[in-house]
Amino acid sequence: MTNSSSKTSLNNFLLMLLVTGVVLAAPIIFEPFGAGYPDLLQRFAIFGIFAVGFNILFGLTGYLSFGHAAFLGVGSYTAVWSFKLLTMNVVPAIFFSVLLTGLFALIIGYISLRRSGIYFSILTLAFAQMSYNLAYSVLTPITNGETGLQLSLQDPRILDAKNIAGGLPNTNFFGYTMNQTNTYEFFGTAYQFNVGYYVCGVVLILMFYIAMRIFQSPFGMMLKAIKSNQTRMKYTGFDTRPYLIWAFVISGMYAGLAGALLSITDPLAGAERMQWTASGEVVLMTILGGVGTMIGPVLGAALIKYLENIFSAINTGELTRMLSWVPEGMQDFAVSTVGLFVGDGWHLTLGLMFMIVVVFLPGGIMEGVRRIARLFSRRKAGPVEPPRATNIATAGEGGA
Amino acid sequence: MSTPMENIVLHVADVHKSFAGLHALSDIDLSVREGETHAIIGPNGAGKSTLLNVCIGRLAPDSGHVVFDGQNLTGRAPHEINQLGVVRVFQTPEIFPDLTLLENVMVPILAKRDGSFHLALFRRFSSEKAAREEAESILADLGLGPLRASLATSLSRGDKRRLELAMGLSQHPRLLLLDEPTAGMARHDTNATIDLLKKIKERGMTKVIIEHDMHVVFSLADRISVLAGGRIICQGTPEEVKNDPRVKEAYLGEEQV
Repeated sequence: MTNSSSKTSLNNFLLMLLVTGVVLAAPIIFEPFGAGYPDLLQRFAIFGIFAVGFNILFGLTGYLSFGHAAFLGVGSYTAVWSFKLLTMNVVPAIFFSVLLTGLFALIIGYISLRRSGIYFSILTLAFAQMSYNLAYSVLTPITNGETGLQLSLQDPRILDAKNIAGGLPNTNFFGYTMNQTNTYEFFGTAYQFNVGYYVCGVVLILMFYIAMRIFQSPFGMMLKAIKSNQTRMKYTGFDTRPYLIWAFVISGMYAGLAGALLSITDPLAGAERMQWTASGEVVLMTILGGVGTMIGPVLGAALIKYLENIFSAINTGELTRMLSWVPEGMQDFAVSTVGLFVGDGWHLTLGLMFMIVVVFLPGGIMEGVRRIARLFSRRKAGPVEPPRATNIATAGEGGA
Repeated sequence: MSTPMENIVLHVADVHKSFAGLHALSDIDLSVREGETHAIIGPNGAGKSTLLNVCIGRLAPDSGHVVFDGQNLTGRAPHEINQLGVVRVFQTPEIFPDLTLLENVMVPILAKRDGSFHLALFRRFSSEKAAREEAESILADLGLGPLRASLATSLSRGDKRRLELAMGLSQHPRLLLLDEPTAGMARHDTNATIDLLKKIKERGMTKVIIEHDMHVVFSLADRISVLAGGRIICQGTPEEVKNDPRVKEAYLGEEQV
């Protein structure tokens, strides 16, 4: 009743406060971890948006798409085209990316959602691979194939003033260029505040809020019910198809937005963004963080991007230095073994981590958090008596 | 076909259905009157569940048609049939195991209120006050009130069936189809369910019940149709059916009535 809905509003407020605080203060918070620089923070925010959107489909409906990277790619290409043809301002780029990705997702969703379960996953995978191959070869005039789509001095940019002399213009938000970084020093440490990161961060906050509202809306509840028992939904009077299509399109638009932000921070779009490994990555992020939770996908995205950053940067020379404590005869063996898991082989580490989480913590990081929280609350309150049914006399008294 | 007094709600006309040459239903003619409780009984394999599935569009008949309130149900999608006011309660409970009891009942209430598709993205489910209060009162009616915040998956089988009944009732159906509502219930729960169904009857809800338990059938039914071998062999009031020699032979002979 009013009591519980005001409790939800309070929880929402606290959650949004937390997310906003962490996003805005990220350059300071992540600096001690060596992750406070713009390029990595941008990736945290962008893939956070991607995963939050993916979770609207996968977390709420249980439909596992293996083709969301196609939307990321479409968003990226559209944004670069907006920079080439219209203006270097990021607002039209975002607008057209989201719009076009939405249409693209509508077509793919309309066809793929004729099937469910594994067949749906395979259909989305097939569409994404088709898109990848189209972008890579057939559609070269649009995508510039292998080289990737980039800005050039000959681009029309009809909305921008023509008086910029020399060099490629920068993407900007009404004059604030994305690659502008202001460095401030507090207590002897330098922190980097980058315009591009703050654009991504503010968009993440906004998208997180929208996702939260969708999760708590009647629409979100219907999606959960479809995941729980789709047959029952149909016999309850719901046409489940439009619900699923809307969920698919919304999560596709999130992916398109993430793709646009990738181009905004670095105006270059390549076909590899649409490859199935990229689709798989967002699945891993969501599951690692916690499917169906609000915060989980963002955590998963940040964790994967952070570890990728660390592990893929380690080369053989560095590894030898790190393993110098190993006895002389063993050192070569140790370096070559561990070397498999770092550098280009970082995906081996990711796979291992993923397996461990799925086997021991199927609900992802968020389940771990819940388990720890339960451990503490149980110690405080003692075991809780579960409520019982059948006693009609007690009906109407407040439940848990 | 019918006298003006009898307001026929559901009319099954000349329905045939066979599976791989086996005649599951032949020549089925059945009329259900407004407000009555119509029981369909018959031995195992008589075609009772097939008939119910044809009525709600889960199976398409080979020939014949099913008319509800002047509308042909044949070939319609399940959600359309539900939106017309025909609600089915399944034999094996079909609920939303991952939702709370309250949500389980609120979802069908919203289906009735908002139709088969409604894009409510920026309302809050928890602020659906009217639906919530209605769901709470229905759950309380069925003795599930204290459990409303628990997940449906945690219920016992009997409670799951009661929950499904609550979900069906929450839609105020014009026609409620019950598939063995007391199967697998303890005697105590069976009696509670009979009382509940009697209560609904007083509200004038039309019901079709498939049932094995003769105690349940004779406590509730206004009229009974007896199915055997895919045909209706007898139709009438409980008294007429009880005394019909064909019924005794086909079915009741095995049972103590």
